[in-house]
Amino acid sequence: MKEVIIGIPIQWYIFLSIALFCIGVLGVLFRRNAIIIFMCVELMLNAVNLLMVAFSRYIGDTGGQVFVFFVMVVAAAEVAVGLAILMMVYRNIKSSDIDKLNKLKW
Amino acid sequence: MYLSQYIFFFLSGLAIASALLMILDKNPVHSVLYLVVTFFAIAGHYLLLNAQFLAVVHIIVYAGAIMVLFLYVIMMLNLNKEIEPHKQQLPKVAAVVSACLLMLCLIAALKSAEVNMLPAARNSNIGLMDNLGKTLFKEYMLPFEVSSILFLSAMVGAVFLSKKEIH
Repeated sequence: MKEVIIGIPIQWYIFLSIALFCIGVLGVLFRRNAIIIFMCVELMLNAVNLLMVAFSRYIGDTGGQVFVFFVMVVAAAEVAVGLAILMMVYRNIKSSDIDKLNKLKW
Repeated sequence: MYLSQYIFFFLSGLAIASALLMILDKNPVHSVLYLVVTFFAIAGHYLLLNAQFLAVVHIIVYAGAIMVLFLYVIMMLNLNKEIEPHKQQLPKVAAVVSACLLMLCLIAALKSAEVNMLPAARNSNIGLMDNLGKTLFKEYMLPFEVSSILFLSAMVGAVFLSKKEIH
């Protein structure tokens, strides 16, 4: 497994995580379907997770991987509540289009 | 070139391509399936980094639980290609430009980042279950227990939110 560290510089993982994170940001800005936007947030969380695991491996510390574990826990709780909210929104406005949720806009 | 580099490029290409397909596909069900492919590629990266416990948990939690929840909601709401909302051209162009600018900034900021490898990095077993479990149940005992309360409250919240309102 030493070969992985020799063969792959940490920069590659940084660039991959940046690319995945920016695709997530692009999706949040690009789409109007609330569920797809939610999925893009998950993608951004995963980009950060990947970078944390890479750093933890390169530094040789377990703490980073435990943090990834907690991020997964929070993401699972967030998805359960978020999808319940989306269901309620859909029941009220009969659509998952976020541009229709403009009651708080002035 | 090492074998691990080929695997890295394959998994990265798979992850980025399916992530792009996820945001470009009009059909929400296809988007979910592309996201599952991305998650499997990320799990492959975890295996490459020898974080075996996280790879397994990632597949179970993300590809198993969370994505099934998404699919379930999409099918229950009966979202499909025809009722998919579309943005106008200008916000789309603005979205692409701003995402590219963010990427440029992040790459410019982090391209010369270096990690000082500690002697402990020679120990490649940190991602195995016994090491991770020891850390989790010694140093992170309290956060671990608190996260179970978080799950309980999320469960109650989800049930409460999706209850039908009685007028």
